[in-house]
Amino acid sequence: MSEQPPELAVESLTKAFPGTRAIDDLSLSVQGGEVHAVIGENGAGKTTLLMILAGVYTPDAGRMLMRGEQVAFARPQDAQAAGIGTVFQELSLIGRLTIAENVFASHLPTHGPGVLDRRRMRHEARELLHLLGSDLRPDRPVASLDVGERHLVEIAKALSLRARVLLLDEPTSALSAEEAATLFAVLRRLKEQGIAIVFVSHRLAEVFEIADRITVLRDGRLVGTYLREEITPDDAVRLMVGRALSVLYPERGDGAGEARLTVRGLRSARVGPVDLVVRAGEIVGLAGLRGSGRSRLARAIVGAVPRDAGEILVDGRKVRIDGPWQAVEHGIAFVPADRMEEALFPRMSLARNLVSAGLGRVTRLGLVRAAEERRLAEELMRRLDVRARGVDQVVQTLSGGNQQKTVLAKWLALTPRVLVVDEPTQGIDVGAKAQIHAFLRELAQRGMAVLMVSSELPELLGMCDRIVVMVNGGVRATLTAAATTEEQVLALAAGTATEAA
Amino acid sequence: MTAVARRLAGFRELALILFIVLSGIVMSQLSAFFFTEGNLRSVVIGMVPGAIIAIGMAVLLASGGFDLSVAAVMALCGTICAYLLNEGFAIPLAVGGALLLGAVIGSGNGVLVAFLRVNPLIATLGTLLVARGLALVITEGYNISNLPPAFVRLGQEGPLDLPWMVWIMVGLVVLFDLALRHTRFLRQVYYVGANERAARLSGIRVDALRVFTYVLSGTLAASAGVLLAARLNTAVPTAGQNLELTVIAAAVLGGASLTGGEGTVLGAVLGIAFLALVSNTLTLLHVSIFWQIVTTGIVLIAAVSLDMLLRRRQV
Repeated sequence: MSEQPPELAVESLTKAFPGTRAIDDLSLSVQGGEVHAVIGENGAGKTTLLMILAGVYTPDAGRMLMRGEQVAFARPQDAQAAGIGTVFQELSLIGRLTIAENVFASHLPTHGPGVLDRRRMRHEARELLHLLGSDLRPDRPVASLDVGERHLVEIAKALSLRARVLLLDEPTSALSAEEAATLFAVLRRLKEQGIAIVFVSHRLAEVFEIADRITVLRDGRLVGTYLREEITPDDAVRLMVGRALSVLYPERGDGAGEARLTVRGLRSARVGPVDLVVRAGEIVGLAGLRGSGRSRLARAIVGAVPRDAGEILVDGRKVRIDGPWQAVEHGIAFVPADRMEEALFPRMSLARNLVSAGLGRVTRLGLVRAAEERRLAEELMRRLDVRARGVDQVVQTLSGGNQQKTVLAKWLALTPRVLVVDEPTQGIDVGAKAQIHAFLRELAQRGMAVLMVSSELPELLGMCDRIVVMVNGGVRATLTAAATTEEQVLALAAGTATEAA
Repeated sequence: MTAVARRLAGFRELALILFIVLSGIVMSQLSAFFFTEGNLRSVVIGMVPGAIIAIGMAVLLASGGFDLSVAAVMALCGTICAYLLNEGFAIPLAVGGALLLGAVIGSGNGVLVAFLRVNPLIATLGTLLVARGLALVITEGYNISNLPPAFVRLGQEGPLDLPWMVWIMVGLVVLFDLALRHTRFLRQVYYVGANERAARLSGIRVDALRVFTYVLSGTLAASAGVLLAARLNTAVPTAGQNLELTVIAAAVLGGASLTGGEGTVLGAVLGIAFLALVSNTLTLLHVSIFWQIVTTGIVLIAAVSLDMLLRRRQV
């Protein structure tokens, strides 16, 4: 294997984004005919690495080699031209076009000036599909294919420029077990033909099924590259987590009270049926991989996405929630994951944002009282320690941490009974994070029921009383946070363990 | 300079008023007839339909929507009102019927946009054609004249030598300007326009609010049509060609943005006033009506470009 120079290698690669170092001094190599898995927790730098290899990001430092020769990509097209094909998590196919048209979308074959050579297109598309062991007709519109077949087309597209290296970002996250098995058969064929495959995945069971070597990343750094035989899934989990809890989390409460939020038999798209109880004074965490349905569940509870079945009870009374406004009326507040897109009014002032949910509190006879509005905004700003020049500052100019505090603060005007938070501390600095943690605990202490979705395991373990682990839209296990380790949660979420805890 | 510019951008209405006064001074130098009571009165009366429609448009633009059907709805509802009057219906019934029709058309727009998620451009363009077409069908293309004298008085007589229609306009402008600024209900419009998804998740009933804004716009357009018919003693099925575009332009001049979340009723109405003055001056200077269209376009482009420049400097 090592006689030949590796098909693709990176040395001392570094990439920083404002506030974080996504990839730090990373080196690894991929041989032709090898499936090389890259694993790590959320935020470990897997996707950033892939983006650099695919030419989407340019690295700040370090170099890349293909077959021993240095290369640099300014654009994705450069990487394609150099022989790197990529299948991103989001498929990029156009449903109304045929398979052949999709495969050659970026380099349509022509004869004469600009006249499409459909025959060659069909022919070459068929050959590529054969290579992948499929006999799909190249004339079929992509819209008529199932998800697994679309993945095949996507791979054919990636290979259509004579790719020597294939990058796959979580290719199985949307696939059924059968579809995944078919995909793996395809990968094995490609391997035999000497193609180098980089495979990013969360699902350890799959990684250990298909990979020849496994590279573990943590916080943007290389933990190590191992032959599959060298380590076990348990080792892998330990290597991925591998750090002590360095943040101090607020002390847990003195026990939970009555059931505040009860969810029975909830179904929504690929989620459910789910039963769930959050008691007064309790913080319950929803853990799971991306695509496990944890966010969808949270959104279905607050009526942000439609529910297909199931009922919701607040304080033991059944409530009707068909839209977020009804959730708000019944005392359920929701903090979505994407604050800029879904929670803030970025070009409005801090004051306007702070009172956006609690406008009713400063309204008399239908009229908003300007003075009271301002007083409420200032009070909320103080309570959550939002740092700004004043309540008139435009919200998009605040730091991420202060924006997130603003989102939480706006709900306090209403004193909700249930608070549903999705990734409450994503992308914010450590100080603001600790403040938000303390604040969430304080709200629980005062009798609120808090349901928290987070992809950060230390946060879930540190903050929650109980943790509900979701896999494929269902509840896999419910754990007492104080008696649980990150390894246990990760093993359950990744499907390498059944309920053992 | 930049500090002054920023101030002006902040107090849009004040800037517009200043602008209007300044151009008034310039115009009175250019034409001796400009600053006469008769001329000013005719300018004010002429801007009534546009100003009333601009109220609804300002609310719609603030919510991130807009309505191309307003001028056609104005013509149709004015026609219906005249038709009912000539059929012998009492004035309140005829006027009420016309306003109701405006509200129904508006709710149709609202349902298309809010619930069927049709793009507002397409939805209201469709209603524009339907309304304009119906106005022509009902009248077979002719005007309807000889309306009851009691009705015509709305547009021709009133206190302080100004017809009632002017006072109705003033009342509506004041009412809705204050409502958009101070009522909780209409305040929600700005949140929807600034970030619809965040507004929805904050508990605002976005779809219902959207339907309301279109109903408001349709009803106001209908009342503009009724008043115009009273003024002219005639309902004209082809009235207000392109008025919808002038109104949107005026609202943008007055501080609204096509991306939503901004603008006031007063600003939009001042925009209408400004455009009315420009057009009046050009008429007094004997500029041909065709050149007036060109000039209005240039004024609009210049004003909005200047505004974009000022805003960029703000950020």
